[in-house]
Amino acid sequence: MDLSTLTIDAARSAIAERTTTATALAESLYARIEDRDPAIGAFLTLSKDRALAKAAHIDALAAKGEKLPPLGGVPVGIKDVMVTRGVRTTAGSKILKNFIPPYDSTAVARMEAAGAVVLGKMNCDEFAMGSSNENSAYKPVHNPRDLTRVPGGSSGGSAAAVASGMAVVTLGSDTGGSIRQPASFCGVVGLMPTYGRVSRYGLIAFASSLDHIGPLAKTVKDAATVLGTIAGRDPMDSTSADLPVPDYVAELEKPVRGLKLGVAKEYFGEGLDKGVHTAIESAIQKLATLGCEIVPVSLPHTEYAIPTYYLVATAEASSNLARYDGVRYGHRAQNVRSLADMYERTRDEGFGAEVKRRIMLGTYALSAGYYDAYYLKAQRVRTLLTRDFEKAFEKVDAIVTPTSPTAAFKLGEKADDPLAMYLADIYTVTADLVGIPGISIPCGESRERLPVGLQILGRHFDEATILRVAHAYEQAREN
Amino acid sequence: MKVTEKDVLYVADLANLELTADERARMVRDLNSILDYIDRLNQLDTSDVPPMAQTSDRFGVDQAKQGSERFAYASRDDILNGLRKSLPRDEALANAPESDGTFFKVPKVIER
Repeated sequence: MDLSTLTIDAARSAIAERTTTATALAESLYARIEDRDPAIGAFLTLSKDRALAKAAHIDALAAKGEKLPPLGGVPVGIKDVMVTRGVRTTAGSKILKNFIPPYDSTAVARMEAAGAVVLGKMNCDEFAMGSSNENSAYKPVHNPRDLTRVPGGSSGGSAAAVASGMAVVTLGSDTGGSIRQPASFCGVVGLMPTYGRVSRYGLIAFASSLDHIGPLAKTVKDAATVLGTIAGRDPMDSTSADLPVPDYVAELEKPVRGLKLGVAKEYFGEGLDKGVHTAIESAIQKLATLGCEIVPVSLPHTEYAIPTYYLVATAEASSNLARYDGVRYGHRAQNVRSLADMYERTRDEGFGAEVKRRIMLGTYALSAGYYDAYYLKAQRVRTLLTRDFEKAFEKVDAIVTPTSPTAAFKLGEKADDPLAMYLADIYTVTADLVGIPGISIPCGESRERLPVGLQILGRHFDEATILRVAHAYEQAREN
Repeated sequence: MKVTEKDVLYVADLANLELTADERARMVRDLNSILDYIDRLNQLDTSDVPPMAQTSDRFGVDQAKQGSERFAYASRDDILNGLRKSLPRDEALANAPESDGTFFKVPKVIER
C-alpha cells in the first residue's frame, strides 16, 4: 500500500476487504511518522492509545463483515487548535503547553463517529496566527517538497502531513487563508467551507467572525467526504447554520459544462509571481476546454482586503485571547507580586512575538479615540468587499484566482517583516471576511518546480459547485 | 509616526501585557509600519456604508424574518443543565495552575 497516495476510499476498502487492518494501517503510519517527521515537524503530539483503540473498534466491525462508516479506519491528523479530550492541545503556544482538554471539539467528534483514527495533533502557527508556520512556539514545519522552504501557514503541519503521506486527511482552520495557502504551498487540496457550515465548538478561538474549520486532503473527493462528515448544525455552536447538508460526493459527478467562472483582474496584479501566473492561466484554459465559460468580473475593493482583515482579525483576537490569564488553565508566571502582575507576566512569558503584536494592534484599534478610525472603518469596508462578491456572483457561478501570489518561500525569508508576511494572504483573506467558501487545488508548478495552487471561490453555502469545478479540473489535469 | 512608546505602554497595559524594553521598541516600529499600510482605507469614503460585524445574519438565514427571529433555531429551552451536564469539579480544576480542590487559587486581589 503506497501511503503517499493513499485516499479515504482506498484505505476504507482495504480494511473492509480485509487486505489490511485499521490497526496495521495506523501502525504503518506511525512508522512513517517516526521515519519522516523528524525532518518535517508536522506533528506536535501523537495520540497512539486513542488511535489504536479506535482502529481496534473498526477492525472488530470489519471482522464481523459489517459495513464500515465513511471514514472507517482512515488515519487522520487534527490541527492543534481543535480540542481533544485527554490529548494535549497547545494551539502551537507555550501558554497552553500542558493543557489537557476535558472535552472534544464537534469536528473531531464527528470525524471519530465516522470511523476516523486520530493519529495526533498537527503543528501550526501560534493561535493560528501566521502564514509560514514559523510562529509555532515548538518548532517550524518544513515543506516536504523542499525542506528549506516553509509549508505555509497557519495549518502548516496539516498540509505537510498530507503532502508527505503521514496522514490520509487532516483538519485545519482558516481565518485569513490558513487552510488554502498551506495547501497551495504543499501541493494538496485545502477547503475552507462557508462561515457557519462547520461547527467551531471546541476550536480555540482566534477571530470569531472569521474562523472556519475545513479539510486538507490529497483529492477533491476526499475533501468532499470530510466536509460531508463535519458539516451541519450543532446546538453547541450558535453560529453554525441551520441548513441541510448536501451529498457533496454525489455532487462531484455533475457536469461543469456551461458553468460561468469569473476571473478578476485584481487578482493578477503587481506582486504575482510570473511562474504562478502562467500556471493559473493554463489552469483557466483547461477549465475553458471542459466547457466552462470564462467571464471577466471586477472585485474593485480587493486592495483594501489586507488592511481590513488585519484590523478585524486582530481586534477580535485581542478580545478572544484575554482569557489566557493563568487562572483556570495554561501557563502561570511564578513569584508574582499581585494579581495584575500575574496576568501581565503570565502573558508576557506565554505568548510569542506575533501573538503579542496582534493583541497590541487589535487593542489599539479598539481603544478609545481609535475605534471609529480603525475598527469601525474596517467593518464598513467589509461591507464593500461583500458587495463586490454579491455583484460578481450575479454574473458567475464561481471565481478562479491564484491561492497565493508566490510559491513556498524560504524559511526565515519573511520572518522579520510582519507586513511582508501579511501580504502572503492577499488572495485569501477576502473570502474569510465575506464568509464565502474557497478551495485550493494543485495546478502545476512554479519556475522553481514548487507547487502552485488554484483557488476557486463560491457563493455562500455553495461548496458543491466549487468542489465540482475542482474535481473536474483535477480529473482533467491527471488525464 | 502614529504610535509612540507612550502609546505602546498604554495599550500594553490595556491588554495586560508588560513587554520588555526591546519588545516595546520593536512594537513601536512594527505597529507604525502596519498602520501606515492600513491608512489606505482612508482612500475610501464609507460615510454611507453600514458596518458589518459578521456575515451570518446576511447569508444562510431567512431574510424575511427580522432581527433575532432569524436565529430562533439557535435558542433552546431554558431548562436545568441545558445542553449538557456541567463538568465534574475535579475535571474543571484539572488544568488549573493552582487550586485547593474546590476553587481556583489566585494571588491576593486586595492589598491592605
